[in-house]
Amino acid sequence: MHSLEVYLTVSAILLLLGIFAVITRKNPVAVLMGIELILNSAGINFVAFSKFTTGNLDGQVAALFIIIIAAAEAAVALAIFLNLFRLKKSTDLDKADLLSG
Amino acid sequence: MINVSLYILFVPLIAFGIVVFFGKILPRNGDWVSLFAIWSGLALSLYLFVSLVLGNYDPAFSQGLQFNWLAWGDYHLTIGIKLDNVSIVMLVVVTLVSSLVHLYSVGYMKGDPKYGRFFAYLSIFSFSMIGLVLADNLLIIYAFWELVGLSSYLLIGFWHEKDTAANASKKAFITNRIGDAGMLAGILIVFASLGTLNLTEVGTGIAAGHLSGNMLTIAGVCLFCGAIGKSAQFPLHVWLPDAMEGPTPVSALIHAATMVAAGVYLVVRLFVFLTPDASLVIAYVGGFTALFAATIAVAQNDIKRVLAYSTVSQLGYMIMALGVGAYTAGFFHLVTHAMFKACLFLGSGSVIHAMHGALHSVHSDSDPQDMRNMGGLKKYLPVTYWTFLIATVALSGVPLTSGFLSKDAILGGSLAFAMQHPAHWLLPLFGFLAALLTAFYMFRLVFLTFFGKFRVGPKAEKSLHESPKVMTVPLITLSALCFFGIYTLPAFNPTTPTGGWFSNLMPTPARVWEGVVMMDDHQEKIASHGVQDSHQSSVSEHSEDHDVHHTAHIWAMIISLLVAGGGIWLATMGYLWKRFDPAAWQRRLGVVYQGMYHKWWSDEINQLVIINGSTRLANIISWFDAFIVDGVVNAAAFLIRQLGTIHGWFDLYVVDGLVNLSAWIVGLFGRLVQNFQGGMIQRYIFIMILTVGLFIIIKIF
Repeated sequence: MHSLEVYLTVSAILLLLGIFAVITRKNPVAVLMGIELILNSAGINFVAFSKFTTGNLDGQVAALFIIIIAAAEAAVALAIFLNLFRLKKSTDLDKADLLSG
Repeated sequence: MINVSLYILFVPLIAFGIVVFFGKILPRNGDWVSLFAIWSGLALSLYLFVSLVLGNYDPAFSQGLQFNWLAWGDYHLTIGIKLDNVSIVMLVVVTLVSSLVHLYSVGYMKGDPKYGRFFAYLSIFSFSMIGLVLADNLLIIYAFWELVGLSSYLLIGFWHEKDTAANASKKAFITNRIGDAGMLAGILIVFASLGTLNLTEVGTGIAAGHLSGNMLTIAGVCLFCGAIGKSAQFPLHVWLPDAMEGPTPVSALIHAATMVAAGVYLVVRLFVFLTPDASLVIAYVGGFTALFAATIAVAQNDIKRVLAYSTVSQLGYMIMALGVGAYTAGFFHLVTHAMFKACLFLGSGSVIHAMHGALHSVHSDSDPQDMRNMGGLKKYLPVTYWTFLIATVALSGVPLTSGFLSKDAILGGSLAFAMQHPAHWLLPLFGFLAALLTAFYMFRLVFLTFFGKFRVGPKAEKSLHESPKVMTVPLITLSALCFFGIYTLPAFNPTTPTGGWFSNLMPTPARVWEGVVMMDDHQEKIASHGVQDSHQSSVSEHSEDHDVHHTAHIWAMIISLLVAGGGIWLATMGYLWKRFDPAAWQRRLGVVYQGMYHKWWSDEINQLVIINGSTRLANIISWFDAFIVDGVVNAAAFLIRQLGTIHGWFDLYVVDGLVNLSAWIVGLFGRLVQNFQGGMIQRYIFIMILTVGLFIIIKIF
């Protein structure tokens, strides 16, 4: 219905919003939400390209994969954040500077 | 012949070894070992001598043995033995006097706790002296020279518990060393110019002109310095009177007959190398010493001191003879002097031996050697008296003795020299004055010792006795050798030694530098006049020389008879017939007598000038060392410490500063970079995305 560019633009905006959320937010869950946004924007890209370029449903299958992997990854990430909370006793990501030299 | 001489040389050394190591366990402490060694040496020397005189009578006889000792680079040193007329006669003299002294010591040193050691020392001395006589090059002469000096040190200081003896032995050795320093300089000059020290090769070297003129004179005078030390000439005469601290056999052997003759022997060997200038120096030193010592002998009271100064004086005669060119006369006097002086010393030993016994019996500790304690001994010591008198007569130069012949020959030679060179009139004057004094002091000695009344006392007089045969036999032998006849065979002329075997055996040799054109004309003229015998080429020169000598000889004989007679007459008037009082004359002569008595203050002058001078010089140099040299060292140390401090500051601030600076820069960068690794993951993600975006933009544009 609309052109490919519109879908890509939406996906780009979602990507940037997601990057903004990952970089800026202190709360780990918010960072996770940002990661979700990034992943979903990539999914939108896949669907858009499959619709406008090849016509088969490969893109939509890819988007399905992405959602599943995003869910698994979110689970793992939550586990990491749980451990981090146990260690640092706080949910402030600025305090997680264990890698500092 | 050579083997024989090697035997004569080394057997006393072996005897020394045996007596030193095994003396205590041998019967009689091993004196028979030394006696055997030296008597066999004497027998062999006589064999050599007889075969020389009776068999192969050749004034130019010479045999040698050499072997290479040391070679380096272009130089090489050979050492060896030289047997010629001079060596063989010296061998006989040395072994004869040594044998007689060995025999005499058996009696004299009896009862001494170190009896065996005495004979060991006598053996080492014999070895050294024989070695010196047989040597054919200057290096070996020097080595044996020092060995003889060592033996002398050991023997003079034999009773080393006595302070005076220990000091005397040191004085002898050190004074000798001073002379030897000059001798070493001479040896080095010879070696540097000629590259060899062998006497024959030195002769050819000088004849070829490699060493001539002033340098040769200097070398001659330097080598003579050794003779000044060894033969106790002025100014190094000071050790000989003090050497009388040694036992009397030592004085007889070393300080009358042999060691002091070594200096004369050296001049005899060097005679052909001496330039006229060097010979003049030698003649004046000898002449002056002859008179100087004679004046001192006149005023001495110790019997051995008189004889010691007499020895110095006679050595002066010999040296003066060699200086004026009277080679035969000088060497002849050496031989005759050895005989009668040894006899005199051994005789004085006999007297002292008797005086010891006498003074011991009255528990007196007066000096047994002081003539003022003696008197009238001729009654109790007849053999000693007669031998002593014969030897005295020989020394004084009374006709019919060997001493007359030799002394007359010397005086004749000096007079001939003065006639040819009128500027040097002083030399015969020294000679005749010394002859006068010699006769005077010797007869004074005889009269004080053997005539008159025994001055200690009648109780002591009873214990005076003649010495045992081992002591009197040497005396008799030596006095028998004081008669003229032995030396003038086959002629029997009491007025001159010419015509006798001795004179024919030892003609004055020609000087080797005469063929050299480098000497200027003036010296050549003196040279041709200085040579005395028939080596001249022109007949007229020969007869002119001969005339001068004949005249001089007659005059010398007349004057010497006068002075000898005068001296004897004075002594008789003063000490036998008591016509004038010696004590009054001592006061009348005042300072002159004081001078004579105090040996012209030789020792005191030496002490003041040389020893105090050296001490003061040493103090100045020590001050210099302590303040200036050490000051420089301290200043240097101070400077270095300051430098060190600066360096330390440099190190602390600059170097460390640089290091700190670099560390700070690194830290700066580190802090800068530190910010990149905050450990905040979100920041990492931000940077990553920023970078990717940058790449995309660059890619698009």
